[in-house]
Amino acid sequence: MQDNCFHCGNSCDQDAIVFDEKAFCCRGCKTVYELFSSNDLGCYYDLQDAPGAIPEEVAGKFDYLDNQKIVEKLVEFDDGDIQVVNLYVPHMHCSSCIWILENLHKLQADIRTAQVNFPKKTVRITYKSSALSLKEVVQLLSRIGYEPYISLDDFDKGKKEVDRSLIYKLAIAGFAFGNVMFLSFPEYFEVEEYWLEEYKHLFRWLMFSFSLPVVFYSGTDYFISAYKGLKAKILNIDVPIALGILVLFLRSTIEILFDWGTGFFDSLTGLVFFLLVGKFFQQKTYSFLSFERDYKSYFPIAVTRIDKQNKTEENIQVYDIEVGDRLLIRNSELLPVDAILINGEAQIDYSFVTGERDPVRKVSGDKLFAGGKQLDGAIEVEALKSVEQSYLTQLWSNDVFSQNKDASFVNLTNKISKYFTSVLLVISLVATAFWMYHDSSMALNVFTAVLIIACPCALALSTPFSLGNMLRIFGRAKFYLKNAHVIEKLNDLDTIIFDKTGTLTTNKKVAITYEGLELTEEEASLLKNTLRASNHPLSRSLYTFLASQSISTLDSFEEITGKGMLARQAENSIQVGSASFVGSPQVESQLQTTVHVKTNQEYKGKYTFNNQYRSGVQTIFNALSRSHKLVVLSGDNAGEKEQLAKMLPKNTQMLFDQKPDDKLNFVKALQDKGEKVMMIGDGLNDAGALAQSEVGVAISENVNVFSPACDAILDAEQMHKLPSFLLAARKTVNTIKYSFVLSFLYNVIGLYFAVTGQLKPVIAAILMPLSSISVLIFVTLLTNYTSRKLKLFKN
Amino acid sequence: MSVIYLLLALSIIVALVFFGVFIYSVKRGQYDDVHTPAVRMLFEDELVKEENQKQSIKTKD
Repeated sequence: MQDNCFHCGNSCDQDAIVFDEKAFCCRGCKTVYELFSSNDLGCYYDLQDAPGAIPEEVAGKFDYLDNQKIVEKLVEFDDGDIQVVNLYVPHMHCSSCIWILENLHKLQADIRTAQVNFPKKTVRITYKSSALSLKEVVQLLSRIGYEPYISLDDFDKGKKEVDRSLIYKLAIAGFAFGNVMFLSFPEYFEVEEYWLEEYKHLFRWLMFSFSLPVVFYSGTDYFISAYKGLKAKILNIDVPIALGILVLFLRSTIEILFDWGTGFFDSLTGLVFFLLVGKFFQQKTYSFLSFERDYKSYFPIAVTRIDKQNKTEENIQVYDIEVGDRLLIRNSELLPVDAILINGEAQIDYSFVTGERDPVRKVSGDKLFAGGKQLDGAIEVEALKSVEQSYLTQLWSNDVFSQNKDASFVNLTNKISKYFTSVLLVISLVATAFWMYHDSSMALNVFTAVLIIACPCALALSTPFSLGNMLRIFGRAKFYLKNAHVIEKLNDLDTIIFDKTGTLTTNKKVAITYEGLELTEEEASLLKNTLRASNHPLSRSLYTFLASQSISTLDSFEEITGKGMLARQAENSIQVGSASFVGSPQVESQLQTTVHVKTNQEYKGKYTFNNQYRSGVQTIFNALSRSHKLVVLSGDNAGEKEQLAKMLPKNTQMLFDQKPDDKLNFVKALQDKGEKVMMIGDGLNDAGALAQSEVGVAISENVNVFSPACDAILDAEQMHKLPSFLLAARKTVNTIKYSFVLSFLYNVIGLYFAVTGQLKPVIAAILMPLSSISVLIFVTLLTNYTSRKLKLFKN
Repeated sequence: MSVIYLLLALSIIVALVFFGVFIYSVKRGQYDDVHTPAVRMLFEDELVKEENQKQSIKTKD
């Protein structure tokens, strides 16, 4: 007998359901197994052990898919009979998942095909819409544990065009480079041979035609960037590159036109090809992550509106909610707007918004904020604001979200290229002037040769390759960066700001401490059994925390909502709950979460729920405080200030009760003082600060779950490596500097040939790839060495 | 005229055909997801194995 569920792998406890000689943790898992095995899909379990998820069915959750207007927005293709929909399925994680999703047609004959895109965790389903509605498709997926996630984000996205132009440009450059190499090879050796003399003109014009698309299509980005740079009076790295490409092309064309030589078409196409390879390498993206999310990814697409007069329900789009609408929010649904609670018991979990784990209990008449998740049954609320006007969503109207952070960033290469380009121009002019005086026929030759040979190919390649390689190394160590520039920004920081809840503290574990009289064995057993009967989140946490006791039946049990519980067994009675309910002699502190216990009319003590700090928080702070200014910005009250102060270095600034806007403005104020800021947060309330800061890092317990828009996503388990990541970023930037020195050396050698007027095409053709490839190897080896030395992969 | 013109023309045409096929396949999105097809191509074998196992269980009964 196995202890873990055959379907989902969770531990089964005592109440395992045994079916078909296999253990299941719950009825849901067993049902999915039955469904699969009766449809000859048992192979699902062969590919991977326990690949499934417990199906969670909430009645009426997908009723909004009955609304044709919403369906129209979601489907990609619809011809009245066949519909195609692309759904995001977060649970997808192994080959079994791919297999079962692509065999959906065996479960439901009206599904034609289903195709999985695993890196993106999406499944594209084609089905007969006359026989099967989108709602039924979604319900089928939910029933087998692959509930698709449909959010407001899916609503207004059309079919996204994928930009593949870089691949085309690279392909053309590579194709031309290969062919030009073949065609130019015979002339490298300059043998005075009859056949060569006969055909060399043909070969040259063929090379010319191959280089045309390379210059005028593949190389366009460099011309555009150089033009933009010059217009803004910046000598960026693309200026000498564009100049080099242009001079190479013009000189080669003139050479073959007047039969002076073979030209430099091989170097030209090679240069563009290598540069584009570098660009391509740097463009590593994590397609299963998104760095651009806003509240729309969290919010539901539709909501149930209750008609006040007719008492009927209808599903409407979230954007159609008007102030004063009466809405029905079901169990585990998200509130899309700020509202007043009218009916029902609200347990609102604001963890999406604040990172705070404990749900808040609200009573009728209380104000609820958008982004909260109802945990306990259905409630009726009245909308106070529309979606865009709500407290949380208002944040996104701030300008930070529409700015492009990268636009204002000047990277290391461009800083250096300013000097490089000026020096290059000076050398070429001096050399030209010298030859004008000496031998004027050589002057133009030397001028162009300098510009050709000094074209900073190796220089331009070292940055994309070292950053691209580090980006991949970080990715393997579960620190996912939005793009390669973030590494350079990580190197240049003054202040690091931490959010508290959910960032420094974990959402999973709760540290519980007990203060008071010791409980007898009988009392402990009674307490455990009382907690067992309650569904309140605090009771559940305390229940799992306490030592296990034999299960016994209570004689009486009463739960008073918002206060506590009364229970009786034999001659013992117990009261568990808030201080006022139990009658605690102590004044209840507003700052801490406590559960008080009273047995047989005698006050025993209280359990205090403390936030559990992540392991290594202290070490991180100690390591970082040496090089950076540290700040803690918390949306919570100051209840844990003392505890926090004990852990953190003395000079750490701590601010509490910070609203989302406050956090954003705090970052802005620091930046106005000229500081470079890194913000580390997790909730939607940090989104503004994450967007405003130079580097916004979102901490995530599970990278597949949504995190707010940011520059980097860090797996929570890897948080203790933060100082190492910063150090690695610094070493990477140093690596780039070393490689600059190396590529300058190549340039000096090349310049020697150029200014002395000895530059032959074959020398250029050897020097260019040699310098590029050796710089490339150098940076790759050095970045790999850095990551190994800093032990980025070890836990 | 020499045969070399013909050979050159032919070789370039062949190269261009392959180049065109590559561009076409990129355009069709064949390289957008390189992970799933790699997993998918292994499935057929698993299925056959599963059927064999089932048969052998049946014969035992």
